Amino acid sequence: MDAKVISIIGAVIAVSIGSIGPALAEGRAVAAAMDAIARQPETAGTLSRTLFVGLAMIETMAIYCLVIALLLLFANPYTR
Amino acid sequence: MPASPLTSTVLFHLGPVVISRPVVTTWAIMAALAIGCRLVTRRLESRPGGPQVVLEALVTGIAQQIEGVLQRDPRPFLPLLGTLFIYLVVANLCSVLPGTEAPTGKLETPLALALIVFCSVHYFGIRSRGLRGYLASFAEPKLIMLPLNVLSEVTRTFSLMVRLFGNVMSGEFILALVIALAGLLVPIPFMALEVLVGLVQAYIFSVLATVFIGAAAGSTETQ
Repeated sequence: MDAKVISIIGAVIAVSIGSIGPALAEGRAVAAAMDAIARQPETAGTLSRTLFVGLAMIETMAIYCLVIALLLLFANPYTR
Repeated sequence: MPASPLTSTVLFHLGPVVISRPVVTTWAIMAALAIGCRLVTRRLESRPGGPQVVLEALVTGIAQQIEGVLQRDPRPFLPLLGTLFIYLVVANLCSVLPGTEAPTGKLETPLALALIVFCSVHYFGIRSRGLRGYLASFAEPKLIMLPLNVLSEVTRTFSLMVRLFGNVMSGEFILALVIALAGLLVPIPFMALEVLVGLVQAYIFSVLATVFIGAAAGSTETQ
């Protein structure tokens, strides 16, 4: 296998495995926020603001994987 | 295969400086925002008309959000953070217009914005605590935390940049792929999702900048 094929496989693995963790974490975060809103509906504003920021933090992990995959596909120093 | 998202189209050269497409888009957004604000604020009235009401609601809304996050007087932070938020909203949403692409979807614009946040964190920190006090705050809670605190300054700026870039760019990338697969009407839900993502990312970038600046400015002199 040449470096191009290997880097494509690497990009696929990076995105597919790297998105498992953030997906589970976002699910847990949203479930916890829903639970909290159900218990105390009056704090929904603060909760959803914190939830959005937290979700963005978690999502960054998946975005890192995507950026690594794109680096492998488009800016790979070993395939040119 | 779509063009690489990590490079941007060069439009022309201004002497030795390369002017790329996101820079021109940013100039257009800056001109539009500046002229729009100038037109609205030229004649301020105590019984405001339509545009002034919208602008006042926007400014007071942003100020309330900053106050809610920082729990202190938002006025020193309002010009920077408000401008950041409004610029990001317009920049993220301008890819909805045909023929334009979001400048935040290229690496250089998020990098510049993250550097602005990085510098202003230190500016506000030094201004509210003094140079000695601000430098001492890196050694909190113990001196052994000093390298980690310095490292976190760099990594959180980097993650601020990559987060904005990655979200906006991946949206455009997915849109390009969907258009290449099925052109008619299918991309519309993705575009609607992209509008939502753009607004949320603008909000998150501003909130994180607010939190960083607030943490650097410290809560020693609240109210």
